[in-house]
Amino acid sequence: MPDIYIARSSAIAARILAGEMMIMNSADSTFFTLNEVATAIWQAADGRTPLSQIVREHICGQYDVEAGQAQADAEQFVADLSHHGILLVSDRPFAPQASA
Amino acid sequence: MSLMIEAGQKAFDLGVPIAVHLDVTYRCNERCVHCYLDHDDHGEMTTAEIKSVLDQLADAGVFFLTLSGGEVFMRRDFFEILEHARRLLFVVKIKTNGVMIGAAEAERLRALNVDTIQISLYSHRPEVHDAITKLPHSFERTVKAIRFLRDHGLRVTIANVLMTANLADQSGAQKLAADLGVHYTLDPTITPMMDGDLSVLALRIPGEELEDVFRNPALVPNQEEFCAPPKPPSDADLEGYSCSAGHSFCYISPYGDVFPCVQFPLPTGNVRRQNFLDIWNGSPQMREVRSIQARDLTTCSSCSHVSTCTRCPGLAYMEGNMRGPSTADCEKSFYRTGVPTANMLQQGLSRPRTTAPLVQIRLAAASA
Ligand code: SF4
Repeated sequence: MPDIYIARSSAIAARILAGEMMIMNSADSTFFTLNEVATAIWQAADGRTPLSQIVREHICGQYDVEAGQAQADAEQFVADLSHHGILLVSDRPFAPQASA
Repeated sequence: MSLMIEAGQKAFDLGVPIAVHLDVTYRCNERCVHCYLDHDDHGEMTTAEIKSVLDQLADAGVFFLTLSGGEVFMRRDFFEILEHARRLLFVVKIKTNGVMIGAAEAERLRALNVDTIQISLYSHRPEVHDAITKLPHSFERTVKAIRFLRDHGLRVTIANVLMTANLADQSGAQKLAADLGVHYTLDPTITPMMDGDLSVLALRIPGEELEDVFRNPALVPNQEEFCAPPKPPSDADLEGYSCSAGHSFCYISPYGDVFPCVQFPLPTGNVRRQNFLDIWNGSPQMREVRSIQARDLTTCSSCSHVSTCTRCPGLAYMEGNMRGPSTADCEKSFYRTGVPTANMLQQGLSRPRTTAPLVQIRLAAASA
C-alpha cells in the first residue's frame, strides 16, 4: 500500500486529559477520546510525515507491538477519524497551512 | 455514562479545569432590568492579556471555553480573541444578545467552528422583551440574529430568565424557540447587583410559581422522577461535593479576577499578577472550596434533600456562608417535591423564605 499522509483538521476542538486526547467535532456533535497510542498518532499527524514513519517512530519505538499489526491498526484508526472529518488524509504531503 | 460525562468526571477527580467561563467585557448595549453587572469599563484586559490567558488555559487543560459578558461584540477585538481561542482548539460557546450579529458575523462564527451560541431572549412579544432589555427593537434584531446563525448551521440556544416581568410569556418564548428550530433553556435565578444593590431581587418570581414551572411537562418531561420525594442520603452522598465550581470549572472576569464560578464571588487570584495554574492549584480559597463535602455542610448535611438538591455553594456564599444552605435552592427542592427542607425546619417555616439577603461581587474587592 502506498504511503499516506495525515493532518489534523482545524475544524475540531481537542485537548489532552490524563494522557488521552479528547476530540470534539462541533459540526456533527461527535465526541471522542483517543487512547494513548491513538493520541500519539494524532499528535504526530503533521501532514508531512508518512503514516508508516509515524507508526515506526511513535508506536513501534514506544510500545511492545508487532510492526505489521501496528500499521494495520493505525490505518483503521485513520480511516475511522477521517470518516468523521477529524483527520485529513492524502497520498502526498499537505501544504503547511493544512495542518495548522 | 456518555464519553463526555466520563471525561468531565475524570477532570473533576483529577482537579483539571476542563471548563472555564471568561467574561471578555462587562460593557453592554442593553440595560436588562435584572442584570447584576456594572457596565462601565474599569480597565478590561487588553487583547494581548486575554490571548495570554487563553494560552495559559490551554496549557492547563481547559477544553470547554465559554466567552461571555456584558456583550462580547462590544469588544472590537472579539473576533481576534475568538480566532486565537479556536487556534488553541477550545470547544467555544458564546453567550450574546445577538443584537450586533448580522449575516457576515454569522458566517465568520460558522467558519471558526464555534460550538454553540447562547442568546438571551425574554419573551415572544417584542414589547415585553424590549421593556426588559431597555433597547428599542432589540427583539427584532435578536430574532434576526438567531435566524442568521441557524441558517449558517450554528447550534443556537435561547436562554430565558424567568422573572416577574415575563412570567406569563414563558410558554410563548418556548414556542418561539421551537418555531425557530433552536434549543431553549430557562433559569429563574436573579442575583443582586455587583454594587450590592438588592432592588433587582424584587424581579424574582414568587416561590409558589416555581411549582407550576416544575409541574409543566413541556419543561420537565420526566415529572415522576424529577418531583419524587428525596431518598435518604447514603454515605457516598455525604462524601460528595456540591458542583464543579473550583473542582473542574472556574470563572475569569474582564479584569482578570478568578472566581470558582460566575455565581460564586469569592476572589481567589488575578491572572494579571499570577499564572492561572498557580491560582488554580495554590489559592487557599480555591482549595477551601474544593475541600467541602456534603457532610461538612452546616444545615444541608442533615437535610433529606442533600443528595438531589441543586444547592449552589456560590449562592450560599452570597448568603454569608459557603457551607450553609442556599435559600433559592431550598425553594426549588421544596416546590419540586413538597418535602420541607432542613433550612425551613430549623427556622420553623412551613414555606421557604423567598428572598434571601445575598451580597454580590464588590468591584473593590474583586479587582483588589
Ligand atoms: S434543600 Fe436547602 S437545606 Fe436542604 S440540601 Fe438543599 S440547600 Fe441545603
